[in-house]
Amino acid sequence: MGIQFRKESFRDDFTFRNSPDTIRRFPFPFDRDDYMYAVNIEPHVKGRPGTAFEHLIDVDEHYVAEMADKALVLKEDPLRCQSLPHMELAGWDLLEMLMEQQASGYPDHFTLVRDSTRWRWINRPLGIDDTFTFGDAATLPYGPMEYITRQAQGDFCLLDQRVGDLWMDAGIVTTQADWSLDFDIGMSFMEWHAPVPRAHELGVFDRALKFLLQLRQGQPMRRSNWTMTVNARLDTSPENYHKWGPDRMTVLPENVGHKVHLRVELQSFWRLPRSNAMVFPIRCYLLKLEELVTEPKWARRMHRVLRDLPQDLADYKGLSRWRQTAVDYLARYDDGAPTSPGVWAD
Amino acid sequence: MPIKSRPVYRPLTPRPGHMHLFAVDGEGGAAVLDMASQAPPGFFAHAHILYIPLSPADDHYLAKLRRLEPDTLFEGPSLAAALPRFGQVLATARMGTRLYLAGTEGLIGQATRMAMEAGMDHASIEAEHRGSLARRVQCVHCKGITEDVTSQPCRCSHCGLTLLVRDHYSRRVAAFQGVCIDAEDPGVVPPLEELFK
Repeated sequence: MGIQFRKESFRDDFTFRNSPDTIRRFPFPFDRDDYMYAVNIEPHVKGRPGTAFEHLIDVDEHYVAEMADKALVLKEDPLRCQSLPHMELAGWDLLEMLMEQQASGYPDHFTLVRDSTRWRWINRPLGIDDTFTFGDAATLPYGPMEYITRQAQGDFCLLDQRVGDLWMDAGIVTTQADWSLDFDIGMSFMEWHAPVPRAHELGVFDRALKFLLQLRQGQPMRRSNWTMTVNARLDTSPENYHKWGPDRMTVLPENVGHKVHLRVELQSFWRLPRSNAMVFPIRCYLLKLEELVTEPKWARRMHRVLRDLPQDLADYKGLSRWRQTAVDYLARYDDGAPTSPGVWAD
Repeated sequence: MPIKSRPVYRPLTPRPGHMHLFAVDGEGGAAVLDMASQAPPGFFAHAHILYIPLSPADDHYLAKLRRLEPDTLFEGPSLAAALPRFGQVLATARMGTRLYLAGTEGLIGQATRMAMEAGMDHASIEAEHRGSLARRVQCVHCKGITEDVTSQPCRCSHCGLTLLVRDHYSRRVAAFQGVCIDAEDPGVVPPLEELFK
């Protein structure tokens, strides 16, 4: 059966919400009651049906609305999608990967027909039926990276690998948690991670880079990251921070469950076959606190993680102004009982 | 702790090469003079030096640089004025040209960017920071560049927002990142500090 795509918004009136099934498939990031940085990388393999890990590229009920929001962001700020000239081949690699994954995971919604380099791509939810020549950008309405990532949830970073480092040389970034592609494009791995506190001293990035350089084709890996967002806003870019920053002053005890969202970034890492480049899809999932507390284990754990988070991490993630309000709300759902191991709801 | 995205600057060191191209401002003149003491004989006969004095007090560097008898010594009135000439020298430079930059971070950053656009590997460039700690800052909101920022926070000279200067540097933009400091509580701005003198 196909997915029922929701009509909803991620700005202005913020009509986004999760259906009960989508709450249960949320990729809750905490496997214990406290949190500290770790290189939490694991193989990106298919997981349990009914979770966000059922397919390697996940499509959910927010797909159509997210694609509309992405188009709005790009219309307002075309610098959110950039590709240095040597990255076009990697863009074709990415196009192939996303079409294959979406078509095999969701045949009701996506179909890819290949006849040598003549390809036909049908995207039913967005009403797209295009025939093009693989490798010839003139046969598509956008460059290959932009074409396909306008049809895929999340942000995408294409990384070139050379001189023992990874370089952020292309990407489309419209749902980011506070970093600017326009500023970071062309940077090495350590350079674009420069503003992250604590993790450099812990050696996290040295280990992560060493690991990623060894990434092999056909063996993608993944990790998750998290923050919290006031209002269901996908575009929490630094570019627009002066517009959305005031949202953080609007959290009150009576609206915190509805306004504050746990925001999980599911990052996966894929080696691409022709270019030897790498793609990092960064998929953003939002869960309202009032939705989160419908799973008692998650409610207890979220309370403990947020309450005990070191202050510098809370500042970096931008939670400090309303953290206590959210902790007080969550405390009502924490009876002190122990939580079971692992991320899954009981 | 050093800023991971900021280039690492080191004392200039003479490198083997057919031509030695220098772009230098202000107290960067002293860096070239210090390096000259370890340069092999004949080194400056193949040197092209572009020097930009930043104040009348820098004029003595010109006289001292001239005494090194470089092939070419050009005095530019400002970096903006000198960059087109620098770009032309880069564009016509042959293999084996070495690039040496000394002085303010603004000069080093903009000359590095131009050299990268001309196909030079940034890792092959010799760069030594001398003089002012002033930063070039790109406003992440309007993308405008504000030159010679010495205060934290600073004001964007294009859109007027009050910006926190982050410890995050882009070689491609040749600037630090500035992000609105009072977005959450407009008008509530910490006292201005002269941090980058």
